[in-house]
Amino acid sequence: MIGKTLKGFLLVWLLSGCQPAEDKLVITGSSTISPLMADLAEQFETQSGIQVDVQSGGSGRGISDARQGLADFGMVSRALKTDEQDLTAHLIGRDGIAMIVNAANPVTALSNAEIVAIYTGEQQNWSSLGGDDAAITVVHKADGRSTQELFLAHFGLNNDQVQPDMVIGENQQGIKAVANDVNAIGYVSIGTAIYEADAGAPLRLLPLSGVPATLESVDQGRYPLSRELNLVSQGELSETASQLLDFMTDPDRAATYHDYYFLPVSR
Amino acid sequence: MITTSSRFHADSLLSWLLRLTGAAAVLVLGGIVAVLLIQSAPFLVEHGSALWRNDWQPGQTRYGMAAMIAGSVLVSVLALVIAGPLAVLLAAWLRYFAPLIRRPVLALVELMAGIPSVVYGLWGMLVLVPWINQWAPPGASWLAASLVLALMILPLALLVTDTALGQLPARYLQAGQALSLSRVGMLRRVLLPQAGPAIVSGLVLQFGRALGETMAVLMVAGNVVQWPTSLFDPVRTLTANIALEMAYATGDHRVALFVSGLLLLLVTAVLLMLSWRLRGERHEMA
Repeated sequence: MIGKTLKGFLLVWLLSGCQPAEDKLVITGSSTISPLMADLAEQFETQSGIQVDVQSGGSGRGISDARQGLADFGMVSRALKTDEQDLTAHLIGRDGIAMIVNAANPVTALSNAEIVAIYTGEQQNWSSLGGDDAAITVVHKADGRSTQELFLAHFGLNNDQVQPDMVIGENQQGIKAVANDVNAIGYVSIGTAIYEADAGAPLRLLPLSGVPATLESVDQGRYPLSRELNLVSQGELSETASQLLDFMTDPDRAATYHDYYFLPVSR
Repeated sequence: MITTSSRFHADSLLSWLLRLTGAAAVLVLGGIVAVLLIQSAPFLVEHGSALWRNDWQPGQTRYGMAAMIAGSVLVSVLALVIAGPLAVLLAAWLRYFAPLIRRPVLALVELMAGIPSVVYGLWGMLVLVPWINQWAPPGASWLAASLVLALMILPLALLVTDTALGQLPARYLQAGQALSLSRVGMLRRVLLPQAGPAIVSGLVLQFGRALGETMAVLMVAGNVVQWPTSLFDPVRTLTANIALEMAYATGDHRVALFVSGLLLLLVTAVLLMLSWRLRGERHEMA
């Protein structure tokens, strides 16, 4: 074990300056993708013997690490932006964002305009939306999260238009906030929301534009608020890197994707 | 002769060792300040004048931090206002009015002091916030954050006060008894004023801890960047801001978070100096 690590270090030292070491892959980025990636990486390691190092830190880190050559792949839970076209995106799966309310809330559907009105503070009470006479608790995500960027882009909002009552970081915190407050509305990763609702959390996933928030509708491409899960790379892929990519997109991996409530790309 | 010279040698070795460790402590602090300054310098030149505004919209390159500085200070001040008097009264009561239960209570308090802050945060999120939400939604608020912090700093504030009272010379108590002063009068006029500087310095340390606390506050404060207009409004502290956004920040946004770290250091330094002055005056009075 120590010998192997030592050999690894020696190899890295020898090859530094030319190209990354062949027997180790470094993958960094999106905290949405990293649990899935870590699981798949472990399976890949046992099969191929190639060491894979997975570190979370946000899609932004995935982009910058891939650019600087610090990582073989960056995990990015959205499509590449126009100023990121120097990188190559490899689609490995899909995820969606679900609007969630408390299960005790009588509201079962909201139009896009109503969601915008709630988040901009024009609509502050549930009564005119078919709910109880109670103030709406607006749960919003912190800056820089890809979930927040996607949400804002989908509803055509600027972040300074949003009037939140609570700003959260992780998906789990959003689940807790809505589960504990009958009058709250929030948005989290659809996989997390379905998993928590199945596990008994008092949540209701609202349909968007009439399309139910289910994994099937995301898979069929009908669900409007969904996102790509990408591995991004710069330049030519090394042999081990493309080996990992083939391994991940193999239909045999579908079960692992479902474990994390993501959808693999259908080939 | 030989023994003295070798002892002298050992002493000088020890003194140099101590100087070295002392210098290391200073160097580490200096290094942190230097790194923060170097990281922040270009940003401060470009955006420095806008830092004192209230709008924090890093996506649109607006980096106003005034509301978050206020958030940090307000949350900690209220926590100290709640926990400070409670700690002093409780310590005095245990020592002079209920000495029998003092030991077991202090043991319990020591246990409380050992609970990780995130556990207090979890309790706040799952119990306190929903409870406040029932009568003043959304629940996650300035008040919730201060209550959680107050609970967090209460144990050590209590222990420090107890120690400060314990270090008072026994003759004060005896003289007071000989003059047949009431216990309350003695406490108010003699014991508390005498132990004052030590109590205040202990509370200031706890204030610093409250100011630096991150996770527990993040979980219950609501984290909306604004000046609170009531106790039930959500606030965001500088530390919560760093924890919320650091992992996802790039470029100027990331540097802005380093700057907020620098600001936090400044606020702490200013408060420390204030407390030193306060203690100095108390000493002269005593």
